[in-house]
Amino acid sequence: MRQNIVRKWRFIVLPTLMSGLILGFTGCNKSGDSGGSGGGASGGAVIKFGEFASLTGKEANFGTASHEGTLMAVEEINAAGGLLGKKVELLTEDDLSKAGEPATIVTKLISRDGVVAILGEVASSRSLEAAPICQENHIPMISPSSTNPKVTETGDYIFRVCFIDPFQGTVMANFATKTLKAKNVAIFTDVKSDYSKGLAKFFKEGFTAAGGKIAAELDYNGGDKDFKAELTAIKSANPDAIFVPGYYTDVALICIQAKQLGITVPLFGGDGWEGEELVKIGQDAVEGDYFSTHYAPEVATERSKNFVAAYQKRWKNTDGTPKVANAMAALGYDSAMILAQAIKTAGTTDGPKVRAALASTKDFDGVTGKITINEKRDATKSAVIIQVKNGKFNYLETVNP
Amino acid sequence: MDWFLQQLINGFALGSIYALIALGYTMVYGVLRFINFAHSDVLMLGAFGAYFLAPVVGRFLPHESYIGATVVIVLTCAICACIGMLIELLAYRPLRRRPKLTVLITAIGVSLLIENVCQHEKVFGAETKPFPHLFPERDFQIGGLSVNTGDMVVLGVTALLLGGLWYIVQRTKTGTAMRAVAFNDSAAALMGINVNRIISFTFGLGSALAAVAGVFYAMRSRGIEPLMGIQPGLRAFIAAVVGGIGNLPGAALGGLVLALLETFAGGIPGLSNYRDGIAFAVLILILLFKPAGLLGKSQVEKV
Repeated sequence: MRQNIVRKWRFIVLPTLMSGLILGFTGCNKSGDSGGSGGGASGGAVIKFGEFASLTGKEANFGTASHEGTLMAVEEINAAGGLLGKKVELLTEDDLSKAGEPATIVTKLISRDGVVAILGEVASSRSLEAAPICQENHIPMISPSSTNPKVTETGDYIFRVCFIDPFQGTVMANFATKTLKAKNVAIFTDVKSDYSKGLAKFFKEGFTAAGGKIAAELDYNGGDKDFKAELTAIKSANPDAIFVPGYYTDVALICIQAKQLGITVPLFGGDGWEGEELVKIGQDAVEGDYFSTHYAPEVATERSKNFVAAYQKRWKNTDGTPKVANAMAALGYDSAMILAQAIKTAGTTDGPKVRAALASTKDFDGVTGKITINEKRDATKSAVIIQVKNGKFNYLETVNP
Repeated sequence: MDWFLQQLINGFALGSIYALIALGYTMVYGVLRFINFAHSDVLMLGAFGAYFLAPVVGRFLPHESYIGATVVIVLTCAICACIGMLIELLAYRPLRRRPKLTVLITAIGVSLLIENVCQHEKVFGAETKPFPHLFPERDFQIGGLSVNTGDMVVLGVTALLLGGLWYIVQRTKTGTAMRAVAFNDSAAALMGINVNRIISFTFGLGSALAAVAGVFYAMRSRGIEPLMGIQPGLRAFIAAVVGGIGNLPGAALGGLVLALLETFAGGIPGLSNYRDGIAFAVLILILLFKPAGLLGKSQVEKV
């Protein structure tokens, strides 16, 4: 008898649940669609900016800094009265620093939330995943700090506010020959990362053109924990310096294991190094090493001084001390500000018109310097070189394009 | 020559870690005939256990001392042994009489559950954390060779643990019971062996070894995160198969072979990208010629 009742219940409950679910889904889709058209045209009550960032995971430090900068920009825009008479809303999604996530997230931001533009990502591999989706939907995308040239080559809706790796590679090649006086350099590349592979290639071209020799080329997989086999091979090649174009977590572990193996020559890399974890994990092993990046708080214009001060006021570390604005934060801020200016110039949030306004950006006064978008939709900007000293990032020199 | 010796040291240090993990896989397979995929996460929990215990122990005992390190590792082992037994009790025991595939899928589920819960920011968080020094580590330069005290400790302790395990399995009553359960669990039960207790013990023992491996792995690389167990776990599982699954010396041998292959392949400029490819190609060859693994015996199934 009891079994019978259960069976009867099943007949009633299951279909009800199912139909409820189906209704729920279609309901969601409908509201998403209307939101989409509302946001895309100028019908909505707010203007929605979509952001995808690595808030957790391997490159959490980058994603968080970039997001904090972006959010500050949006807050400033709103405090100054918003855009086209409307408030700006920043919709941020975490991609967990994982491949595959950006495509899902960005599709959702565009088709369900109806954002007018996409801001993100730091890592080139993940920007490359989102770019075709934005291009297809005619939604402008601005990457704050992806430096691989392929990102903006995806199409005419994809922009960036940072320099690109051919420039960064040349800068580091010159730095290696002139400042480090290195003749033999070993390269240690992360084969899982488009950023790392690109930067290694451009460094190699620049360095060999300047008469340098590549002592050894070895590869690792981002996320590996044991680099001793490769580092032993590098050590036996006897280089004057080691170029590691990777991200800070891997780089910190590489520096530690290099030191354990008795490697004393300097290691140097690109803007992927600039995370606090580099020093937190690497400690004395990263001491004296060099990297290039987009901006240093030390070489401040009036605008960047204001930004650094405001950032320290707005964001605190977990221990309560004010956070120092790094390049990722500054670029995140600039990306949102440039987008806001383009929307203002276009007078609408219509994708093609915003795109045209973005493409004609000239001498924009950004925190990271004057930004001009060139015909390849990249920013032409100078780079700075930083040395790790006493656990701090010390400004060394500025290199102009 | 220096290069060769250095890679040999690297390979042996990594190999002993793989061996410790592989033993856990192979022991569980021995008694239950399934692969405990959550084993690699116990390894990760071991590393995090030591990460949180080290500062606590440092308050009572001198910082970065061998005695302090021993206490940390023993405590971590105890914790992980409990976790291993708990996983068996909650996830696998209720499914003991179900098809093996059910248990296998459950094991994958448990593994994913632990990984994702640990990635939550309120638990461990997904970002890499610096692993503390447990004992004074020094690098000795002998000629062009660099020997780390950490590597020496890893090698020494692994050898000791392997000896200890051999003693437990071959010379003690519990070990005899373990072998009996592995041979035929219903017959063992008829002989008055408490099968549940023996299986619990096996999980505890394997998890304790995984904890030691986790601490050593973290000591070598100096950075820990919730997904750190996947790579060494997968390698160790393969090492266990290559050595002959269910065979204890085979697991240790498989771990060493795999690590040496990987290290030498990784040290070839231009080919380091394919280190896993090369290592696994050789392993496939081994399995083609010895399908039961290096030390495994092929069994005839009775129909």
